Amino acid sequence: MIVYILRRIGQSLVALAAMAILVFIGVYAIGNPVDILINPEANQAEIAATTARLGLDKPLWEQFARFVAHLFQGDLGTSFVYGRPATEIILQRLPATMELALTALVLSLVIGVPLGVYAGLKPDSIGGRSVMAASILGFSLPNFWQGLLMILIFAVLLGWLPAGGRGETVELLGIRVSFLTVDGLRHMILPALNLALFKMSLVIRLTRANTREVCLQEYIKFARAKGLSSTRIVLVHILKNIMIPVVTILGLELGSMIAFAIVTETVFAWPGMGKLLIDSINLLDRPVIVAYLMLTVVIIVTINLIVDLLYSALDPRVRLSQVKS
Amino acid sequence: MTALLSIKDLRTYFFTDDGVVKAVDGVSFSLARGQILGLVGESGSGKSVTGFSLLGLVDPPGRVVGGSIRFDGKDLLTGGEPALRALRGKRIAMIFQDPMMTLNPVLRIDTQMIETVLAHDNVSRTEALKRARDALVMVGISSPDERLQSYPHQFSGGMRQRVAIAIAMLHKPDLIIADEPTTALDVTIQAQILAEVQKLCAETGTALIWITHDLAIVSGLADRLAVMYAGRVVEEGETARVIERPLHPYTKGLIASVPQGKTRGARLQQISGMPPSLRNLPKGCAFRPRCSRADEACLEEPALEEKLPDRKTRCFHPWSLDDARDTRRQAPSKDGMAETTT
Repeated sequence: MIVYILRRIGQSLVALAAMAILVFIGVYAIGNPVDILINPEANQAEIAATTARLGLDKPLWEQFARFVAHLFQGDLGTSFVYGRPATEIILQRLPATMELALTALVLSLVIGVPLGVYAGLKPDSIGGRSVMAASILGFSLPNFWQGLLMILIFAVLLGWLPAGGRGETVELLGIRVSFLTVDGLRHMILPALNLALFKMSLVIRLTRANTREVCLQEYIKFARAKGLSSTRIVLVHILKNIMIPVVTILGLELGSMIAFAIVTETVFAWPGMGKLLIDSINLLDRPVIVAYLMLTVVIIVTINLIVDLLYSALDPRVRLSQVKS
Repeated sequence: MTALLSIKDLRTYFFTDDGVVKAVDGVSFSLARGQILGLVGESGSGKSVTGFSLLGLVDPPGRVVGGSIRFDGKDLLTGGEPALRALRGKRIAMIFQDPMMTLNPVLRIDTQMIETVLAHDNVSRTEALKRARDALVMVGISSPDERLQSYPHQFSGGMRQRVAIAIAMLHKPDLIIADEPTTALDVTIQAQILAEVQKLCAETGTALIWITHDLAIVSGLADRLAVMYAGRVVEEGETARVIERPLHPYTKGLIASVPQGKTRGARLQQISGMPPSLRNLPKGCAFRPRCSRADEACLEEPALEEKLPDRKTRCFHPWSLDDARDTRRQAPSKDGMAETTT
């Protein structure tokens, strides 16, 4: 098990290194930040001075070497725009995004799995068909449009919920969170739901397909022949089998939800990392972009590792302790 | 002694988009306590559906549309789902064909056994675990404590079938329906399982319905035989007498196609033609197109009648009646069984 984890961490480091090179070269190809940062009326000497101050006058390999050297000291560079360490800026925004993504994840599981199981058990019922029809809308309508529509209905027409922002936050273990205040919760409902809708539809369809498949298995018939109640058959025999693919997919999706909640955050003016990324790209704030993408890689790699471990908890056939190292 | 189970004219139809499939269309037999009945027929003859109908486990679009099933004096078809559920696993248990598929792959053996105990008896988990352990010992599984902690994939096929049998035996049911439980196993394991089941049923007085297509297996095991063809029982009677003097031409054909010592080197007899499609049965007797004895009378549907004492068959021209002195086990091929032209 430990060998397995160590090996996975090794692989992750390789992925991280590859990502660092790609991102660094990619970002440095898209334009000169000095053109944006500096006063348009500045003279040549001032431009040269700024370029030198940001270290942009050095050749690409030297800039990269410096970046790597700093990386090992835990320093991902200083933001051109804010003048503060990039990691500090990102980590400041991270809790808001994490909170949003995790809430969306919980929502898509708590709503998606029961609906999917229902639609799978009664595929021909009106309820089952409606769920499936709704799920098609859920992932075929553009995410931003769903968000705008939600704002229009719940914030503008009905006036029940705020249209944007994070609302009142409280400090929990040194992190500012919204979900512990009523106001914060009210602000979170719409963006979380918006972010969750697509995943929820995915979960519904996945759960339904798997439920239908598992229902046809002999072991379900055998469970019925044993005289088990249908509640137990659904909650234990079916659910445990369908959770394996659901966890896999949601794990992958959680990574993308955290890293790229950009659309939702933009629509609902949620002060998270996604919005920061968009702003940084517009300002060509290279250190922030690089740091953000590196962090994204770390998050996705970590989540994948956790999913693999969860997987073995759910499916005894892939118990990792049996993997020969 | 009254019959433990008595099925009369059971009909289970599947209502598919392409029409009604009469999977079971007039099955009748009865079974006394502790008796073993062999339900024989080829694939698609409705054996398994008969078994599922008994437990109310026929899935849509299938439905039991007629007949009666009386179990220990109660009608199973009118009792409703809760009554059936209380019966399943408790008084009537079932063993399935493929032991690789019958145990849930993600649940431990103890979970799957304990839940069966708790589904019917209000006992503590410790007591349930003890019963599960005892059942495993009973079916000959060594180191049961360790085995209880295992998952199905850690067992061999034969072991899994033993576990399935142990689960079926947990409540010491009155009746076990075994749906080809040895078909997926290799021959030595098959013999072990067969002996095990026979022993257990004799010890506990459990009646058994052994569904199979293998006449050889069931002839050594069952007290009585019911032969099914195209959803109907075509012959029923005491095993030895059915094997000795089959009445229905189909039964005779089945028996003749079992390899035997004295036919060594000779070509095996076979029943010509194919089993009919259940959607499009021939008029009258379903076996008519394949039968050497068929004539115009067979265009009418024959009824299941007692032609000899305790020997029922669904045929207008039963084989051994006009030929009553013929006690040979095999029909010579000049009798036309093998080379029937249709």
